[in-house]
Amino acid sequence: MPEIRVTPLGAGQDVGRSCILVSIAGKNVMLDCGMHMGFSDDRRFPDFSYITRSGRLTDFLDCVIISHFHLDHCGALPYFSEMVGYDGPIYMTQPTQAICPILLEDYRKIAVDKKGEANFFTSQMIKDCMKKVVAVHLHQTVQVDDELEIKAYYAGHVLGAAMFQIKVGSESVVYTGDYNMTPDRHLGAAWIDKCRPNLLITESTYATTIRDSKRCRERDFLKKVHETVERGGKVLIPVFALGRAQELCILLETFWERMDLKAPIYFSTGLTEKANHYYKLFIPWTNQKIRKTFVQRNMFEFKHIKAFDRAFADSPGPMVVFATPGMLHAGQSLQIFRKWAGNEKNMVIMPGYCVQGTVGHKILSGQRKLEMEGRQVLEVKMQVEYMSFSAHADAKGIMQLVGQAEPENVLLVHGEAKKMEFLKQKIEQEFRVSCYMPANGETVTLPTSPSIPVGISLGLLKREMAQGLLPDAKKPRLLHGTLIMKDSNFRLVSSEQALKELGLAEHQLRFTCRVHLHDTRKEQEMAMRVYSHLKSVLKDHCVQHLPDGSVTVESILVQAAAHSEDPGTKVLLVSWTYQDEELGSYLTSLLKKGLPQAS
Amino acid sequence: MAAHLKKRVYEEFTKVVQQQQEEAATKKLRMTKPSKSAALHIDLCKATSPADALQYLLQFARKPVEAESVEGVVRILLEHYYKENDSSVRLKIASLLGLLSKTAGFSPDCIMDDAINILQNEKSHQVLAQLLDTLLAIGTKLPENQAIQMRLVDVACKHLTDTSHGVRNKCLQLLGNLGSLDKNVTKDAEGLAVRDVQKIIGDYFNDQDPRVRTAAIKAMLQLHERGLKLHQTIYNQACKLLSDDYEQVRSAAVQLIWVVSQLYPESIVPIPSSNEEIRLVDDAFGKICHMVSDGSWMVRVQAAKLLGSMEQVSSHFLEQTLDKKLMSDLRRKRTAHERAKELYSSGEFSSGRKWGDDAPKEEIDTGAVNLIESGACGAFVHGLEDEMYEVRIAAVEALCMLAQSSPSFAEKCLDFLVDMFNDEIEEVRLQSIHTMRKISNNITLREDQLDTVLAVLEDSSRDIREALHELLCCTNVSTKEGIHLALVELLKNLTKYPTDRDSIWKCLKFLGSRHPTLVLPLVPELLSTHPFFDTAEPDMDDPAYIAVLVLIFNAAKTCPTMPALFSDHTFRHYAYLRDSLSHLVPALRLPGRKLVSSGLSPNITPHEDPSHQFLQQSLERVYSLQHLDPQGTQELLEFTIRDLQRLGELQSELAGVADFSATYLRCQLLLIKALQEKLWNVAAPLYLKQSDLASAAAKQIMEETYKMEFMYSGVENKQVVIIHHMRLQAKALQLIVTARTARGVDPLFGMCEKFLQEVDFFQRCFIADLPHLQDSFVDKLLDLMPRLMTSKPAEVVKILQTMLRQSTFLHLPLPEQIHKASATIIEPAGESDNPLRFTSGLVVALDIDATLEHVQDPQNTVKVQVLYPDGQAQMIHPKPADFRNPGPGRHRLITQVFLSHTAWTEPCQVEVRLLLAYNSSSRIPKSPWNEGGEMSPQVETSIEGTIPFSKSVKVYIMPKPARR
Repeated sequence: MPEIRVTPLGAGQDVGRSCILVSIAGKNVMLDCGMHMGFSDDRRFPDFSYITRSGRLTDFLDCVIISHFHLDHCGALPYFSEMVGYDGPIYMTQPTQAICPILLEDYRKIAVDKKGEANFFTSQMIKDCMKKVVAVHLHQTVQVDDELEIKAYYAGHVLGAAMFQIKVGSESVVYTGDYNMTPDRHLGAAWIDKCRPNLLITESTYATTIRDSKRCRERDFLKKVHETVERGGKVLIPVFALGRAQELCILLETFWERMDLKAPIYFSTGLTEKANHYYKLFIPWTNQKIRKTFVQRNMFEFKHIKAFDRAFADSPGPMVVFATPGMLHAGQSLQIFRKWAGNEKNMVIMPGYCVQGTVGHKILSGQRKLEMEGRQVLEVKMQVEYMSFSAHADAKGIMQLVGQAEPENVLLVHGEAKKMEFLKQKIEQEFRVSCYMPANGETVTLPTSPSIPVGISLGLLKREMAQGLLPDAKKPRLLHGTLIMKDSNFRLVSSEQALKELGLAEHQLRFTCRVHLHDTRKEQEMAMRVYSHLKSVLKDHCVQHLPDGSVTVESILVQAAAHSEDPGTKVLLVSWTYQDEELGSYLTSLLKKGLPQAS
Repeated sequence: MAAHLKKRVYEEFTKVVQQQQEEAATKKLRMTKPSKSAALHIDLCKATSPADALQYLLQFARKPVEAESVEGVVRILLEHYYKENDSSVRLKIASLLGLLSKTAGFSPDCIMDDAINILQNEKSHQVLAQLLDTLLAIGTKLPENQAIQMRLVDVACKHLTDTSHGVRNKCLQLLGNLGSLDKNVTKDAEGLAVRDVQKIIGDYFNDQDPRVRTAAIKAMLQLHERGLKLHQTIYNQACKLLSDDYEQVRSAAVQLIWVVSQLYPESIVPIPSSNEEIRLVDDAFGKICHMVSDGSWMVRVQAAKLLGSMEQVSSHFLEQTLDKKLMSDLRRKRTAHERAKELYSSGEFSSGRKWGDDAPKEEIDTGAVNLIESGACGAFVHGLEDEMYEVRIAAVEALCMLAQSSPSFAEKCLDFLVDMFNDEIEEVRLQSIHTMRKISNNITLREDQLDTVLAVLEDSSRDIREALHELLCCTNVSTKEGIHLALVELLKNLTKYPTDRDSIWKCLKFLGSRHPTLVLPLVPELLSTHPFFDTAEPDMDDPAYIAVLVLIFNAAKTCPTMPALFSDHTFRHYAYLRDSLSHLVPALRLPGRKLVSSGLSPNITPHEDPSHQFLQQSLERVYSLQHLDPQGTQELLEFTIRDLQRLGELQSELAGVADFSATYLRCQLLLIKALQEKLWNVAAPLYLKQSDLASAAAKQIMEETYKMEFMYSGVENKQVVIIHHMRLQAKALQLIVTARTARGVDPLFGMCEKFLQEVDFFQRCFIADLPHLQDSFVDKLLDLMPRLMTSKPAEVVKILQTMLRQSTFLHLPLPEQIHKASATIIEPAGESDNPLRFTSGLVVALDIDATLEHVQDPQNTVKVQVLYPDGQAQMIHPKPADFRNPGPGRHRLITQVFLSHTAWTEPCQVEVRLLLAYNSSSRIPKSPWNEGGEMSPQVETSIEGTIPFSKSVKVYIMPKPARR
C-alpha cells in the first residue's frame, strides 16, 4: 500500500527549529532546517541522528527545501550540510538565497564571537553550504529528478517566503512554511491554487487567534509612537533585521513624511543596509503598491531613517530605534533595552511573537523585575506594548488557505500543542478532512491511493466510441483490450496490436461441443434442417450452408455426423472460437432443445 | 445554381448603371463606381490559393457595403463558401455574413435558410462556431419574427452536443439571446414545440469545459436581462458553481446568485445541516460575502461590487459584515474600534496607553466558534484590507451604497471608512472620502474619528485635501472641541498649502452655518477678545483671519446673540468682507445697522418667480410683434437684448436661458440690419465694393450659432433645428453678398452648389422637425427646391434674396434646463510682475488650474490656447486624466502646458485661454460599419472649430538666449 510518511524533527507541537521529513512515493524530502531561539545547547538544532542512524544524509534525502530566510527555518543549514554532511540539492527562492547567508553569518557571529561557543560552523561553511543551493522562481515547476517535482507559491510573511508543493506522480504534499493571508505595507497575501494535495502541512502559530483589521493595528502603532515621541520619550522596537522591520519602516517613514515629524528614526546598522539593498532589488516579490510605484520612487529608499550608532542610545531627546534581534534575547536590542528600561517615559513595542525563555516573553507576560546575566536585577519601568505585527496567518487565515487548497489531509506544525488541538478540531469539523499534529520525532503515516495513468491507443478508443455513446465522466465503462506494462508506463491497446508489438503468435482457442439429436435421416438432410432452423431463428446473423455439408453461423461451425454406434441418433458437432463464446453457447443451448419437426 | 448567380451579378451590374443615368440629374457622383458584389466576385474568381482569397476578403471587409447591394454580396459569398475547401476562408466568409447581416436597412431573413443549410454540412468546429455567431446576428436583427427565432433555437439545441467547446459556447449564447421568453406561445403553426430554454441552459451548468459552464451562466443572465423570470431552482445550481475550479465560472455564478436573490428576496431556503430556514436574500448575501475572500481577485471585485446593491438584506446580516469576532488564545477580544468607542462614552479621552487594555476578556466556548461558515461575518473587514486596491475600492463603494440605505449601518461602518483614509493608495483614500461625504447626513463624527479625518489634511495630494474640505462642509460634529480642532487643522493646512485658500474658506462657511451653537462659546477665543482690554486689530489681509471670520459670521447668521461678542473692528471687517467676499459672508442682522438686502424668501417656485415671468413676457413680446416696421423691430430687439443681458447678470439661475435667447435675438437683429442695408437698392453691377456690414453680419451670425449649438448644455433637438435654420439664413446671406460683390460667375457656381447641398443636408437631418417650420425660410426654400436645382446661379441668388426678406422670425422654444459653459482660470493669476525665465529652445512648464462649469465631455472638447506676442498661437490638448469631476456639471482642469520660444530681448506677456472645440458631425448618427474604427468618418459635412470660453490670462515670460 503506498503511503506518505511525515516526521517532524522540529516544529512538531512547538515553535522554532522547523524541520520536517516527508517520504512520498519512495522519495525523501526535508522541509526547512531551522534552529531554536530558546536553547543554546544541542537542542537548538534538529536531531539529525534520526536520519544518520540508517546511513549518510545524502543517500537518504532527495532534496532539502527552505521556505524562507528566518533562522528558525534555515539556521541549522550549514551545520546540517557541512558538519553532518549533505551534498544533495537545497532549494529556496532567490530572495531567500540572497538574504539567508547574511542572517547565518550574523547568527554565527553572535554565537561564536559574543558567546564564545566552540564547535560551531564557520563562515567558510556558510559559503560552501550556499553553493549547494538551487534557486526557484515562483510558480516554476522544478524537476528534482525524473519523478520528484517541486513548485513554489507566494506566501507573504517575509520577502521571498514561499509555500512549496512536492509532487511525485499523482501524489502531492504542500508545505506552507510561514505565511500570511492579510497583505501588509510591503508584501502581498499568500495565494495557492486549488491543487488538492494529499496532505497540507501548515503552520499554526496563531491557531486560536482571530486578529483585528490591520488598519487598526497600524493606527494604534503610529499613535503610540507619536505620543511617546511628543512626550520626549524614546521608543525601542526590537525586530528581526528583515521582514517586519521593513514593514514598520515603511509605515513610520510615510507617517513621518505626512506629519512632518523631526524626531530621528534609527535602524541598527550593518545588516540593515545590506538587507534594505535586497529589498530594493526584489521588487517583484512585494505588494501591489510598491510594485506600481517603484519606478517613481523605490519605497525602500528611506529618507527619514538613518543608521544607528551605539553612542546615540545615550543622547537626549526623543528617538525611535529599530534594533535586532526581535525577542530581546541578545545583541543590540537587549543592550538598548537595559539602558532605557529605567525611564517610564520610554516605551518598548514588541511587534511580534516571543519564544518562551526570552526577555521579550518575560516582559510581555508582565514581569517587572528581570534577572540578567551576572545576577543583576533589572527593574523595568518603561512601558511595554505588544503590537501583533507578526505576519502569520490567524485562525481564519489558516482556514482560508485550507479552503483554497482543498487538501485530503491536514497536518499542523509550528505551533503550541494546546492551540493546535483547537484548530485540529475545527478543521475536522468544518472541512471533514482528517487532521494530524505529530510531536517531534513522531511519525504520521497516511495511506494513499494514487491513480495510475494508463495510455490508450487511439484506434482502440475510437472503436469503443463507435460502439456506444459518448464517454460520461460519471459512469464507468467496460472496455476490452490488452494492458501492456513496459518501462514503468502503462498502455491499453487492442489485442491484435499487443500481439504484434510483443511479437507473439495468436493462439486459437476453440470450444467444441457435441449435441446428440435423435434423428434417423441422412446427414445432409440433417444439415439442411439445422440450416433452415438456424436461419429462421438467428435472423440478424449470417448463416451459411457450405457445399461440404456443414453449416456456419458467422465463424461458428456446425457439422452433422452419424453416431458411430447408434444410427438413430445424429451428432451435431459445434465448434467456436473463444471470442465468439457468447454466440456459441447460445447456439449450443438452442440446438440442445432439438430441431422443430419438419413441416 | 452557378448560372443563376452569375445572372444575378450582371443583373445587378446593369441595375447600377441604370441608377447612374437616373441620378445624373441630381449630380450624385458616388454611384458611378461598379457594384461591390461584382468586384468581389471577380476578385474571388481570380484567387488561386486560399491565402489569396483570404486577402481579398480581408480587403473587402475594410470598406462598407450599401444596404442595396448586401444581398448580391451575400450570394457571391455563399457561392464561394460551397466551393471552398479551406476552413480559414470559410471562417472569414461566415464572419462576413454576420457582419453584412447587421447592415442597416437590410433584412437578413433571406440568407437564414442558406446559413442553416451550410451549418448542417459543416465539419470544422471553428467554422461552425462562426456560423452560429452569424445566426445570432441574424436572429438579433429580427426580434419580432417568432418562427425564425424558434428555428434558430432548434438549430442551437441540435448543436449543443457538439464536442467542441466553441460551438457549445455559441449555441448557449444563441439560446440566451433568442430563447423564447413567453411560455404561452404554445405550438406554432410549424409544429415546433417551444422548448424550455432555461432547463436546457441549466443542464450545461455541469459541462466538463469551464468555458461552456461560463457561457451557460452568461446565457442565463442574458435571459434575465431580456425579461425572462428565472426559476428559483437555479439558485441551488448556482450555489454549487461557487466552488468551481475556474474563476470565470465563479465570477459569473456570483452574478447569477445576485440576480436570483433580487428576484426572490423573500423566499425561504433551508440552512444545510440544520433545520433552520432563512430568507433567500440573506442566504445569498452570506454566500457572496464568502466570495469576498475568494482566491481570485476578479471574483473578489465582482463579489464586493454586488454586495453594495443588496439592499433588502436584513440588518442583522448586514452588521455582521463588519464584525470579525476577534479572539486571542480562545478568549473573546474587543476590536480597537469598540475600545475607542468605550473610552469615548466613558468620558475619558485618552488613549489606550494602559497595559493590557486590549487584554482578552471572557473565555470562548470552543464548540461555538465558527471559523469559516459564519456567512457574512467580517466580509467587509476582509474586503477593505485586501491586497488589490481594485477590491478595496469596490468594497468602499459597496459600503457607501449600503450605508446610504441604512442609517444604523452607516453609523457602524464609519470607523472602517475612517481607517481607509490611511490607505496606501491615493485612489482608495479619495474614494473613501467621497463615500463618507455621501453618507454624511446619516452620521455624526466622534472626536477621535474627527482626529483621524483631520490628520489627512496634511496629505500632499491636492485632490485628497479638497475632497476632505468637501467632506467637512457636510459633516456633523458633536462637540465644540471638535469644531476647534477642525478650525486649527484647517488653518494649519492653510499655512502649509496657501493655494487651498478658497476651498478652506468655503469649507469653513458651511462648518459655521451648520454648527452655530458650537461656535458660539469659541467666539471670544477665536477673535482673541478680552473682557477688559482692547486687543490689537488683526491684519485684514491675513487669509487665516479671514478664515476665522468666515466661520464666525456664518455661525452668527442663525445665532443672534453672537454679534454682541464682536469688537468694533470686527464689525468694520464684516462690512468689508460682506462686500468683497459676498459669496462667503452672509447678510447679518446687526444691531444698529439696517440690513443690506432683505434676501429672497426661498419658498417661491421658479414659475412664480417674477424674474422668470419677466423673461417669458419680454420674449413673447418679441415673437408676437412680427410685422412691425423695420425700425420698430430693431429697437424692440435691442431693448429686449439689453434687458435679457441684465437679467442674466442679476439672476444667476436664469443666466443660461437669458443669454441663450439674447444670442438668438442678436442673430435676428443682425440679419434684419443686414437686409436693411442700402446696397440692395443699388443695381448689382454697380456696387462692386466689398460690403462690410452685410458680410460681417453673416460671419457673426455663423459664429453665434455655433456658440448657441455647442456652448450650452441642455440644448434639445428642437432648438438645434432653429439654430441650424438661422445658420442656413446666414449662409444664404453670404451667398447673396458674394453674388453682388464678386466679379464673374465661376466662383458662384461652386458656392451655389454647396449651398444647395447644405439645404439638402438640413432636410435629411431634420426631416422630422420640418412640420414645425411652417412659413419659414427653409420651408419656402424646399418648396422651390426643384426649381433652384435647375436654375442658374444668378437666378438662385435672386430667389434667395426675396425669400430672405419675406421669411418670418421663428419662435425659439426654451429648453427646460440650459446652462452656458464657462471657465475661469484660477492659476496663473496673471498678476505677477516677475517674468518666468527660461532658456530659449528649452521648455518651461506652466501650471494651469481652471474650473469649468457645464461643459459636456470636457476631456474631448476643452483645449488650452497660448498666444505669443508675435501672433503665433499654440493649441494644447490636456490629458483626460487632468480633468477632475468634483460635482455634477462642474469640472476642474489641473494641467501643465509647455511653453517654448526663441530668445527675446525683454520679457513679454503671453495669453493663455481655454477653448471649446466642437465638431458638427457629432450629432449625426454613425453607421455600424464605422464602429470598427478603421474607416475615416464622413467628413463632407462636418465643421470643426473652437470657441473661446474663458477670459484670457496674461503670463509674463522671458526666454533667455542660451549661454555658450
